[in-house]
Amino acid sequence: MTRLDVRKTYKLYIDGAFPRSESGHSYQVSDAAGRFAANAALASRKDARDAVVAARKAFGGWSGRTAYNRAQVLYRVAEIMEDRRPQFTDAVVLAEGASAGQAGRIVDTAIDRLVWYAGWADKLTQVLGNANPVAGPYFNLSTPEPTGVVAVLAPQESSLLGLVSVVAPVIVTGNTTVVVSSFARPLPAVTLAEVLATSDVPGGVVNLLTGDAASIGPWLAAHMDVNAIDLTGVAGRPDLATQLEVAAADNLKRVRRAPSAEPDWAAEPELDTMTDFLETKTVWHPIGL
Amino acid sequence: MTATSPTRAADLDGVVSDVTRSDATLRRFLHGLPGVDQVGAEARAAGLGTRSIKTTAKAFALDLAIRMVDLTTLEGQDTPGKVRALAAKAMRPDPADPTCPSTAAVCVYPDMVADVKQVLGDSGVHIAAVATAFPSGRAAMDIKLADTRDAVEAGADEIDMVIDRGAFLAGRYLQVFEEIAAVRAACGDAHLKVIFETGELQTYDNVRRASWLAMLAGAHFIKTSTGKVQPAATLPVTLVMLEAVRDFRETTGQMVGVKPAGGIRTAKDAIKYLVVVNEVAGSDWLDPDWFRFGASTLLNDLLMQRTKMTTGRYSGPDYFTLD
Amino acid sequence: MVFEYAPAPESRSIVDIKPSYGLFIGGEFVDGGGTSFKTVNPATEEVLAEVAEADSDDVDRAVKAARKAYDKVWSKLSGAERAKYLYRIARIIQERSRELAVLESIDNGKPIKESRDVDVPLVAAHFFYYAGWADKLAYAGFGTTPLGVAGQVIPWNFPLLMLAWKIAPALACGNTVVLKPAETTPLTALLFAEICQQADLPPGVVNIVTGAGATGQALVEHEGIDKVAFTGSTDVGKAIARAVAGTEKRVTLELGGKAANIVFDDAPIDQAVEGIVNGIFFNQGHVCCAGSRLLVQENVADEVLARLKRRMATLRVGDPLDKNTDVGAINSAAQLARIRELSEIGAAEGAEAWSAPCDLPTQGYWFAPTVFTGVTQAHRIAREEIFGPVLSVLTFRTPAEAVEKANNTPYGLSAGVWTEKGSRILKIADKLRAGVVWANTFNKFDPTSPFGGYKESGYGREGGRHGLEAYLR
Repeated sequence: MTRLDVRKTYKLYIDGAFPRSESGHSYQVSDAAGRFAANAALASRKDARDAVVAARKAFGGWSGRTAYNRAQVLYRVAEIMEDRRPQFTDAVVLAEGASAGQAGRIVDTAIDRLVWYAGWADKLTQVLGNANPVAGPYFNLSTPEPTGVVAVLAPQESSLLGLVSVVAPVIVTGNTTVVVSSFARPLPAVTLAEVLATSDVPGGVVNLLTGDAASIGPWLAAHMDVNAIDLTGVAGRPDLATQLEVAAADNLKRVRRAPSAEPDWAAEPELDTMTDFLETKTVWHPIGL
Repeated sequence: MTATSPTRAADLDGVVSDVTRSDATLRRFLHGLPGVDQVGAEARAAGLGTRSIKTTAKAFALDLAIRMVDLTTLEGQDTPGKVRALAAKAMRPDPADPTCPSTAAVCVYPDMVADVKQVLGDSGVHIAAVATAFPSGRAAMDIKLADTRDAVEAGADEIDMVIDRGAFLAGRYLQVFEEIAAVRAACGDAHLKVIFETGELQTYDNVRRASWLAMLAGAHFIKTSTGKVQPAATLPVTLVMLEAVRDFRETTGQMVGVKPAGGIRTAKDAIKYLVVVNEVAGSDWLDPDWFRFGASTLLNDLLMQRTKMTTGRYSGPDYFTLD
Repeated sequence: MVFEYAPAPESRSIVDIKPSYGLFIGGEFVDGGGTSFKTVNPATEEVLAEVAEADSDDVDRAVKAARKAYDKVWSKLSGAERAKYLYRIARIIQERSRELAVLESIDNGKPIKESRDVDVPLVAAHFFYYAGWADKLAYAGFGTTPLGVAGQVIPWNFPLLMLAWKIAPALACGNTVVLKPAETTPLTALLFAEICQQADLPPGVVNIVTGAGATGQALVEHEGIDKVAFTGSTDVGKAIARAVAGTEKRVTLELGGKAANIVFDDAPIDQAVEGIVNGIFFNQGHVCCAGSRLLVQENVADEVLARLKRRMATLRVGDPLDKNTDVGAINSAAQLARIRELSEIGAAEGAEAWSAPCDLPTQGYWFAPTVFTGVTQAHRIAREEIFGPVLSVLTFRTPAEAVEKANNTPYGLSAGVWTEKGSRILKIADKLRAGVVWANTFNKFDPTSPFGGYKESGYGREGGRHGLEAYLR
C-alpha cells in the first residue's frame, strides 16, 4: 500500500508570520500542464495594508543594521536555499514546466544571485558615495540611503529567479518590501518565504503576498505610506502600468517601470536594480579650528 | 543607610552658592562639564560587560547584589497584603537558607509605608517610599513636599523623589535644584534618592548634568529611573552616573550613592553592574550604603543562581517564593 | 569591600597543537629543508611546537605551486566562483572562531578578550568583505586583471588578522599567494592552511612557508612573484624597496608608526582617557598604529594624566587566556629587551616613568603598562617606535603646535584627535600627515576602511575598495 502524502497549506507571509488571507479567499493554482497543484491564499487589499504596516515597522531596524550584518543575512538566505535545492527545483519544475536540469540551473542562478547581492551590502556606498571637493572650507560627503518601504510586483513568468532578482536588490540596501508574487505561479514564492522566515531575516522586512498584481497593485501604488514601487510584474501590460504610475505620483513614489516584456533573468543585473530604490544624502560640515 | 553622611565640605558650599546664583550661572556650570561621547561610553560599558565573574567572585557578587536590592512594588493594585508579603521576603529572601542575606530596603508608595513598617520592625531592612508625585513629578510644590512628609512620618527612612523633567528639559535648572533642596529639607533624617528618568532625558550629556545638579542640591543617591518609562536603567547610563559620583567625591570629598532601577532582571545583568561599579567608581561604592538595585524579579534570579552555586545544579522557579 | 575576580581561564582543550609542523605547499603539508625552529608561548616560555623552516628551495617550490595554481585554476575561475571559496573560508573561520582565538592567544600572548572579540571577528569579516568584491571588480575602478603570484610577509602582532589583510584581497582579485608568517607566531597561519583544505580551496592557491628573515628574503627576491606585500618594520620595508628596484614587481608596505593622539581641552574626557588607554595598551602596544605619543593640551594635562593613571591602575595584566585579562604578554624575549632598552633610555634622558601597580608573572615576557611624562620632541622615546605598552606624554598650547608636533616624525601611519568640536576635528584631520585619523575613537579597524601610511610608514592601502588596487592591473 502506498503512503498518502501530507500536503502543505500555502499561506501568505506577513510580519514574520504565515497567515491565511484575512478575506478567507484562496485560488486554484495549476502546474504547467494545467493539473491542480494547490490552493494558494488570495491576498486582499487589507492583507496588502497589513503588509505595508509590517514593512514600515521593520524599516527602522533593518535599515539601521550594519551593512555587514545585512550581507551576512542575505548570504544566510543563499545557504538555506542551497540546503533546500531539491525542493526549489521541484517547485520550479511544477510552476514553470521546466525540465529538472533547467530547473536546477534556475535555482543555482537564483542562489548565486543572492550571493552577488549580499556582497553589495557593504560595497554599494563605496561605489556610489563620495566626498565632494566643494570650493570652500567644508567637508562634503554624499552617501546612498534606502528610500523606505518598496512595493514589488514580482515577475509573472520567472517564479523563482525573477522573484529573487527583484527582492534581493530592494532589501540589501536596507529597504523593506511588500511583494506580490506571480499570480499563476505563486508556489515557489511561498517556499522562498519559508526560507526567509528561517534565515535571520527579521519579520516584516519581506512580506510576500500571493495573488493578483492587477487587483492588489493599485492599492499599493496609491498607498501613501509606500515610498517606491517596482512594476516588473505588469510587464507587457502598458495600460495597467500607466495607471499604476499615475497612482504612484500622488506621493511621488520612486517607480521602477514595467518593461515591455520580462527580461532575461539569467543575465547579470545592473546597479539600477538597487539605485532605483536609493536616496542620496549629502552632508556639509565646516572645517575650521 | 547606616553610614553617617560626611559633613558637607566648606568648598562644596562655596561651589553651590556660586553656581546657583541664577539659572544662567547654573546653566554655565552644567554645560561646562565635559561632554560624554555616546559611542565611547557605550563601548566602555559593553567592554566591562564582557568580564567573566566565576566561582568565588560570583558567590561574593551574588550576595552583595542581594544586599543591594531595593525590593520594589509600585503598582496601582498594591494592597497591604501584597506589600507585607514583599516585606517578609525582603527580610528572608530564601526561607530555606538562613545564610542568605536580607535585601537593603523595600520600596513602595507612601500610603503603603505603615504596613511595611509593621512587618519590618527593627530588622534593619530600610523602607523607601517614592514621593513627589511619582512617577511623573507633575504636581504643585506644596503637594510634593506634603507627599514627602507623609512618607517620612509614616516611617520611611529613604525617599525616592522624581525630578521635574519638563523643567530640566526646558532649561529651568534652578527650579529643579530648588525642588531637590526643598525635598531634601522635608526628608529630615531620611535619605534622599533623586530619580532622573534617564529614558526621558535621553542624552548622556543630560544624565551627567542632572547628576551634578542633584548632587549639588544635596542628594544622597542619584537614581536612573522610575521603572515606568522605557528604557529604564542601562549599563552605560549607570556608568555615566558612576563617573559623576566619582568625580564629585574627587572635587568635594563627599560620596553620593547610585541606584539603577528598572529592567535589571537577571543575576548576570546585576553582576555586570557590580563590575562597572568596581572599575569605574571603585570598591568604596561596593556597599548597600552606596549602590542599590531598584528591582523586583531580579531577587529571585539572584537566589536561583545562589542556589546553583551551593548545590551545583540548576534550580527552577518553583523552588523560590513568589510575592 | 574588595571584589576580586576569580581566575576565568578560557579552555585550552579546544586547540590541538601538534608537536611539529611542516610547510603548506600545493595543498599539502610537507617538510622544510631548513633547520626547524621552536615557537613558544610568550606568557610561559613553554615550547609549543617545532616548526619547519623553509629554505630557498622550499620557497621556490611554493612559488611554483602558486604559479601553477594561478595558471591552471585560479585565474580561469569566474569571480563568482572565487567569491564562493572566500565565503566558505569566512564561514569556517566563524565556525572555528574560538579555536583560532585560543591558539592565537597561546602563540602570540595577546589577551583572549582581544583575539576573541577583535582579531578573529575581523578576520572573518575581511574574508566576507573581499569575497563580495571577487565578482564586482569592474565596479572598483582599478582594472580586473590579477597580477599573478603574490609573495606576502606578515608580522607577529596580529598574525591571523594580517594574514587576512593579505590573502583575502589577493585571492578575491584572482591572484595566488605564498605567505610567510612571523617566526614567533606561525601556528594560526598553519591552522588557516587546514581551513583552506576544509574549504576545498584548489591546491596551490594559498601556500604557507614558515621561517625567519632569510625565508622572507628568499620569497621577496624570488623571480617568480609579481607582487610583494609586506607588513613589518620600516628597516625591512626599505630593504624590500631596494631589493625590488629594477624589477616589475608591485609592492605595498605597511610599516612602523609613532602616532600622535591629540587631546584638546574640550574633549569628552572620560572617553578620551579610554581612547588613550586603548590607543597604547591594546595588544600590549604591539600595534604599528598605536597612539604612542599623547599630545595633550597643557591646560588640561594634569587632569588628563591623573585620570589616565587612575584608569591604568585598573588594567589587569596577566594570563592571556584569562577572560578578564586586559594586557597580555610581550611577544618575545627580543621584543621585551627592545622595550626595556628604550624605556631605560627614556628615564636616562630625564623623562619621568610611572607604571601601573601590577604583579607580573615570574615566567614569560612581561612589561607593566607605563607612561612617561615630561617628554619632549627631543627624547628618543618620542621619536622611535617602542612597539610596547609605553606611552610618551607631551603637551601643546595651540592647535597649530599640536599639528606641528604630530607631524614632526618620519612616520605617518595614524593619528587621533579628541574634541567635541566637529569643525576642529576636520581641520586637524586635514593637516595631519597620516593615513588614518581617528576622531574621538582610536584603533578602529573595518574591512571596508582603507589602512596604510604616509611617509616612512609605507605605501599602498589595505582594506576597503582601495585595498583592491594593490592586486589588480
